[in-house]
Amino acid sequence: MSAPARPRRGYDGVVATMPVTVPYARYSTRSAHWWLGRALGALIAGAGLAKDEVDGVCVSSFTLGPDTAVGLMQHLGMSPRWLDHIPMGGASGVVALRRAARAVQAGDAEVIACIAGDTNQVDSFRNTVSQFSRFAQDAVYPYGAGGPNASFALLTDYYMKRFGATREDFGKLCVAQRDNALANPHALMKKPLTLQQYLDARPITDPIHLFDCVMPCAGAEAYLVMTEARARALKLPFARIRSTIERHNAFPDDPIQFRGGWAMDKDALYEHAGAAPADIDFVETYDDYPVINMMQFEDLGFCAKGEAPAFVRAHRFNLAGDFPFNTSGGQLSVGQAGAAGGYLGTVQALRQLTGGAGATQLHGARLGLVSGFGMINYDRGLCSGAAILERGATP
Amino acid sequence: MTEPLVKPKKKNPVERTRLATRPPAARSRSALGLTRAAAEGRFEMQVCAECGAVQYPPREVCGRCLSERLAWKPVDDRGELLATTTLRHSNDPYFRERLPWRVGSVKMAAGPVVVAHVHEDCTANGAVRLALKLDRSGQAVIHALPAKNTPNMNEAPQMRESTCDPKFRRVLVSDGKSAMGLAVAEAMLDAGAATVFVGDPTIWKRVAAFDRLAADPRVQVVELDVTDTDSVKRLAASIGGKVEILVNTAAYLRDGGILGRKDVILARDAMDVNVLGPMRLAQAFGPGMCFRAADGTHGAVAWVNVLSIHALVALPGRGAWSASMAAALSAAQTLRAELRGAGVQVVNVFPGPIDEEWEQLTPPPKLAPATVAKAIVQGLQDGREDIYVGDIAEEIRERLRHNHKAVERELGQ
Repeated sequence: MSAPARPRRGYDGVVATMPVTVPYARYSTRSAHWWLGRALGALIAGAGLAKDEVDGVCVSSFTLGPDTAVGLMQHLGMSPRWLDHIPMGGASGVVALRRAARAVQAGDAEVIACIAGDTNQVDSFRNTVSQFSRFAQDAVYPYGAGGPNASFALLTDYYMKRFGATREDFGKLCVAQRDNALANPHALMKKPLTLQQYLDARPITDPIHLFDCVMPCAGAEAYLVMTEARARALKLPFARIRSTIERHNAFPDDPIQFRGGWAMDKDALYEHAGAAPADIDFVETYDDYPVINMMQFEDLGFCAKGEAPAFVRAHRFNLAGDFPFNTSGGQLSVGQAGAAGGYLGTVQALRQLTGGAGATQLHGARLGLVSGFGMINYDRGLCSGAAILERGATP
Repeated sequence: MTEPLVKPKKKNPVERTRLATRPPAARSRSALGLTRAAAEGRFEMQVCAECGAVQYPPREVCGRCLSERLAWKPVDDRGELLATTTLRHSNDPYFRERLPWRVGSVKMAAGPVVVAHVHEDCTANGAVRLALKLDRSGQAVIHALPAKNTPNMNEAPQMRESTCDPKFRRVLVSDGKSAMGLAVAEAMLDAGAATVFVGDPTIWKRVAAFDRLAADPRVQVVELDVTDTDSVKRLAASIGGKVEILVNTAAYLRDGGILGRKDVILARDAMDVNVLGPMRLAQAFGPGMCFRAADGTHGAVAWVNVLSIHALVALPGRGAWSASMAAALSAAQTLRAELRGAGVQVVNVFPGPIDEEWEQLTPPPKLAPATVAKAIVQGLQDGREDIYVGDIAEEIRERLRHNHKAVERELGQ
């Protein structure tokens, strides 16, 4: 797939800022409105804005029903002149960023709050999974009701057989992410993980074992998109948007998923950013299962298709490693707060690029790549996206 | 290789009986096209009338050319396993009780990729054939089966959940003395039923074949008159907790239309046996079967109504009887809805004319009772819920599909 014939405009003058996490909880008796409201409140307070200065809102949530973003606005007492609801799961963070950036650039809104959050009540995961999509209801859920574990088990089984990935390879990524998570106060996983523990874990859905699975939880993630001038006026450190891509239902003729939409769009991503994979200082992927990390390494150009197992063996992925990756610990060690899981990488990248990453801070990181992946509608994840972000000026 | 089933031990009365749960039942209306095919043991998917693309999962418009002309048609059932997994965890209570559970991705020769239940004898990455079956929710699911039959393959735990195989089950044949009842009892024994209770509605009448059957140690003769509520209740109190498959063979067939008579005695008798009979049986045996629907590998699974193809369209020469068949079909539909909650399958059998004493004057072709009985057993083993038996039944059905008014006129001549 070649780059679009018409040159794409850059995101000049638009920035992302104010990464916010509402600390996660394994289970919550609150509703999604509470988590999203807390996130919006934290954005406003953190940025020193008046509530009505936020004139655009972008929402992602699985458990907000029966409300949509519209109902949430009345609930939160907001009157935005721009509103979007992005139901793209793990791709939501990147897609919200590119939607909001264009709206600010065009002058349709001045300050856009991008918020994603979900509650996790004791039975909400089962409810979400059983009613996830029509195809899932008709053609997946009746087959053992394994949820995403089962879908990813099939993709992982295929990937391992075709490309020779081993459990040790997946384990190396999981262990590195856990190391990173130990430096992240928001991570729900607080205990170190060894490769041996990873390998000895109980099988969930072969070849997926316990530490290959994310833990569903409640939480929210958020950030602001505004003009660079506004960010400077508010004295907020910010990140510039160098390039973004999104793609849906890529490669529908592949009998089983071994690549995602990034493979269609990666040339456009780097070309638009004026950067190459070697220029990227850190990578935040969507990591609900380790196999999808490997696909992202390949499809985003860090190695060729099928070479991710060798790539994993050749690199170190923790904060001190030569390929810093999922520096928050990723969903595998932080927890998967529903749609907020799709924001985790974007929010962590913004922290890295605005000097707010605390003990996970990488020194001298200038370019970060965030990628998202979402929505196993039937047998594969349909949404993919990625963004290259650059450290902006620090006031 | 599938381990052969082990004959169940006598039940420990102290243990709690596992109650029935159901696999996820929600489906879109389009997906119920699969259920229609599975009910009769066919393998069908939507095929686009314009571009020929086979659709799966079921769609509203063609995923390739966006045509709305999607027709359900038989498609090539062969495929290749791309990936498999064994679930050791499930979000659903039904599957949690039945773990481990194998599923996989199958690339069909016809085009689509399906997620299917995968038989334990399927080798990874091997060739499979797909079959549509009804699960315990009564909804269609796709099973990937070995390309060639393997020994005992129907006895795999996964297959037991989508079939009603009589093997090691206890069967009640409501009228074991009729030609049809005798044949059903024998076919059930041949299929490995543990016990066949044969109802005797006429203890005063000697039937040599019945006496021979009763000599089999697996057969227990029980007194049962479906027109007598007390008789039905007495039997249910005695063996209700043991019946895992109930085949209602009680039948009342007499010639005669409606205008040719000055009373409705014949009609009332037909209704009493053919409609109220199964209702009495259902009220007495249904709750017990529901209670035992998930009782181990040999729970109560099936309720079989031997009807007639004339349940679908009247044969005016037997007007009262035809009306009773139509009413019996209607009652069976209600029973199906009522038993579905427990996962007990209601199987309706639609034969053409059967070669027995009350069909003496019917010209051939007529079905041997043994042929119908074999079709019933095969249907149970395959997990079908509508069984059409014989050329006449198939022909009437085809004619009804084509022009039901023509059938009305022609049968009335």
